[in-house]
Amino acid sequence: MKTKIAVIVFPGSNCDHDAYYVLKEIFGVDVNFVWHKETSLQNYNAILIPGGFSYGDYLRTGAIARFSPIMDSVIRDSRKGKPIIGICNGFQILLECGLLPGALINNKEIKFLSKNVMLRVASNESIFSNKLNIDQQLKMPIAHRQGNYIADEDVIKRLIDDGRIVFKYKNNPNGSMVDIAGICNKDGNILGMMPHPERACEAILGSADGKMIFESMLANI
Amino acid sequence: MKAKIYIKYKDGILDPQGKVTSNALKSIGVKGIDSLTIGKYIEIDFKNISKEEADEITNDSCKKLLVNPNTQTYTYKIIS
Repeated sequence: MKTKIAVIVFPGSNCDHDAYYVLKEIFGVDVNFVWHKETSLQNYNAILIPGGFSYGDYLRTGAIARFSPIMDSVIRDSRKGKPIIGICNGFQILLECGLLPGALINNKEIKFLSKNVMLRVASNESIFSNKLNIDQQLKMPIAHRQGNYIADEDVIKRLIDDGRIVFKYKNNPNGSMVDIAGICNKDGNILGMMPHPERACEAILGSADGKMIFESMLANI
Repeated sequence: MKAKIYIKYKDGILDPQGKVTSNALKSIGVKGIDSLTIGKYIEIDFKNISKEEADEITNDSCKKLLVNPNTQTYTYKIIS
């Protein structure tokens, strides 16, 4: 089957077009927007949950989107090993639906942060990082108010022991525990990250380092 | 019948809003405050159900959607 990627669209998603553009124009793969009311993702090899403000961030970020009809298919397909990447609000949704552990709360300084940051590859055991080298540095933007990762100590210990902390901030901008910028599930096929690789795929935009994450994912489909 | 739900961060979870507000009160001269946290208050109205049913629905709603057990705790009161 030819590689085909679904970009899920919730009311309030706003990084969906960036993700679509990158996958289609930079990588030349088939990509479709899939409205959150849809119920099947069986025609897709990978799923991208984009950033934005799904449901206006009402109640808690990602809390309402997690009950959208499409999420049953996301959860079902995740168990089959399908690559799923949640970026920013997409990460928040993956946490709320329990595909990844922990939660994201307000940044330490409360402010919305929008700037380039440096990431360090902390694990290359996920399919999104197995083409990268440990300690490799990547530059890409963050744009969030709730990016401060928090989890129980035993969860943090498990993430560390299992090599599931995929990306760490070089200079922690938001207060995240152990500098976490992105984590994966046990099988390494689900990645959630706050920074935006889809906004860092062309040098003219300041960095093309985000490409390596998608290249890694595509090589594993 | 009404449910009054109070949601707050668990102890130990950073609550920058609460901290800043507490500092602001201190800076305008309010004395005696040890700490302050800012949470959420939700009201649910019920029609034609018993207090026991309202209790069950409220607790269920908190667990399923209203509260994130990773970071928050909740209490509620059912008022006839």
